[in-house]
Amino acid sequence: MIYEELERQIEQLRALSRNGVDLSEEIERLEAKLEALKKQIAAPASSPAPSVELDDWERVKLARHPKRPYALDYIQALTEDFYELHGDRLYGDDAAVVAGIARFDGQTVVIVGTQKGRDATENVKRNFGMPHPEGYRKALRVMKLGERFGFPILTLIDTPGAYPGVGAEERNIGGALAQNIYEMLSLKVPIVATIIGEGGSGGALALAIGDRVLMLENATYSVITPEGCAAILFRDATKAPEAARALKLTAPHLLRLGVIDEIVPEPPGGAHLDPEMTMRALRGAWQRHLRELLALPAELLPPQRREKFQKIGVYEEIAELS
Amino acid sequence: MAIFGKKYFKVDLERLERKDDEALWMKCKACGELVFKKRVRENNNICPKCGEYFFLTALERIGILVDPGSFEDISRPIIAADPLQFVDEDGKSYSEKVKKAQEETGLANEIIVGRARIGGYPVILAVMDFRFIGGSMGSVMGEQICHAIQHAVQERAAFVLISATGGARMQEGILSLMQMAKTSAARKRLEDAKLPFISIMTYPTTAGVEASIASLGDITLAEKGALIGFTGRRVIKQTIRQELPEDFQTDRFAFEHGIVDNVVKREQLRDELIRIFRLFAPLLAPSAARSVEARDREAIV
Ligand SMILES: [Zn+2]
Repeated sequence: MIYEELERQIEQLRALSRNGVDLSEEIERLEAKLEALKKQIAAPASSPAPSVELDDWERVKLARHPKRPYALDYIQALTEDFYELHGDRLYGDDAAVVAGIARFDGQTVVIVGTQKGRDATENVKRNFGMPHPEGYRKALRVMKLGERFGFPILTLIDTPGAYPGVGAEERNIGGALAQNIYEMLSLKVPIVATIIGEGGSGGALALAIGDRVLMLENATYSVITPEGCAAILFRDATKAPEAARALKLTAPHLLRLGVIDEIVPEPPGGAHLDPEMTMRALRGAWQRHLRELLALPAELLPPQRREKFQKIGVYEEIAELS
Repeated sequence: MAIFGKKYFKVDLERLERKDDEALWMKCKACGELVFKKRVRENNNICPKCGEYFFLTALERIGILVDPGSFEDISRPIIAADPLQFVDEDGKSYSEKVKKAQEETGLANEIIVGRARIGGYPVILAVMDFRFIGGSMGSVMGEQICHAIQHAVQERAAFVLISATGGARMQEGILSLMQMAKTSAARKRLEDAKLPFISIMTYPTTAGVEASIASLGDITLAEKGALIGFTGRRVIKQTIRQELPEDFQTDRFAFEHGIVDNVVKREQLRDELIRIFRLFAPLLAPSAARSVEARDREAIV
């Protein structure tokens, strides 16, 4: 990644300078380049589709950046009185999914997100943000609670995908994903889904059935990881950067393809460099979309939501098959 | 496009019967015995010597399920586009891949939608063909499934989905993922119309299709020998670095873990469907055979 490479080079030059070599000019030049790059990354704040694009693979790395804000960071910053709920009432509690009730913009909302861990210990608990079926079933249980009380639903998606394990298959992970997708399509409250980091395949989609689907500027959303795609189609997992470009998995591409509704801008260099700015941008977007959706009759939402997803697809019409 | 005038795209079941261009005998890969091909075909593509299930194309599958002469292809006239301009490592474009699959299978797409009767009951079938890029779901399959559901609702027919698929069509990127949501949205129309949706999972029914429309049936049947799961064996093995149970993701595994209602032998699938349709009969449009059946019953009474 150009960005990290530049930072690394600057660091190396500084280290050399400390050893008495004068490299200030070179350092200044690189720093200027780095600044320009940061600005370039942040440019699209006002325009709907960013004109200057960061390379797709660089965005993949930003989406997976270990310092990137996670779901609970957004929940803490943007909501008040968050009350977390646990368990799917069937099997267990999955810490890869956080779900609860909170206050946002003066009203009670349901909030659900996939949660990654900040360090090794937390990642064991959070399973690197890869939910088991019970995580999705907990999410659905809490979203249905929201529906019962007319609380709008906000979801935060940041997962490499549903967990590929024996237990997940034994407990019908495919069925759990299908059920979430199906039920979310018909919940009678507004749903705003936001991809904040990695939107990994079916495991992301199963929480991303929203009336509005937002995406942070450096988030990704894909049918398969670049590594997985490279291994299958290019027969070489190291070709992930090429696969990332081929998959068109970044926000600007997805906006063009009509899969997402809006890109939420990030600060120069990524959300982690200025989390507050990121939070402000997301708060604004949530407020705007929720207010619009709450102004509509609730019974109109499910058919509109289903229509929105039923329209997606690109194919070629031909005269006739025979 | 070159494919425009080609006759072979319209599904014609009679072509199946006339398919005697190849060798008369085949060797069973399971028992090694030489078996007469015609016998195999008559036996639902099951080895007459050892009972091994041979692969079925979509057409063959339709052929063994529907009432003779009742099938009509009602697929939408659409074919795959290449919205991502996807090129794989060999420099081969997605469009070329699709064209090759069309030439090799004689099909326009990986799924066939048809109207038929099974035991006299009106049915809309959507049947996948694994030979066509692994029966993977892209925009065309998503649209064909929605189209099929729309017909089922209009005609008050039962909807039968027969899956043979590796999952989402990677070459269509996010658009293929979205077909999971698209087909699930269409499925709601069957629920609203109170029409039964029978999902039949065969070898294989995995990933994006398994995690959406195939898992949303009112009744879910696994064909004997099916492979059912979300993540592939290889990926799970790499992740957990452990040996997997021998029956992992098999028909029996799916049944024991409550994922399917019943496991059905291929040769019994048609009768199984008829048994089910009989229970839903009052909700389905009347059909000739059903009134015959009703008359018979009245006669008995
Ligand atoms: Zn045999």
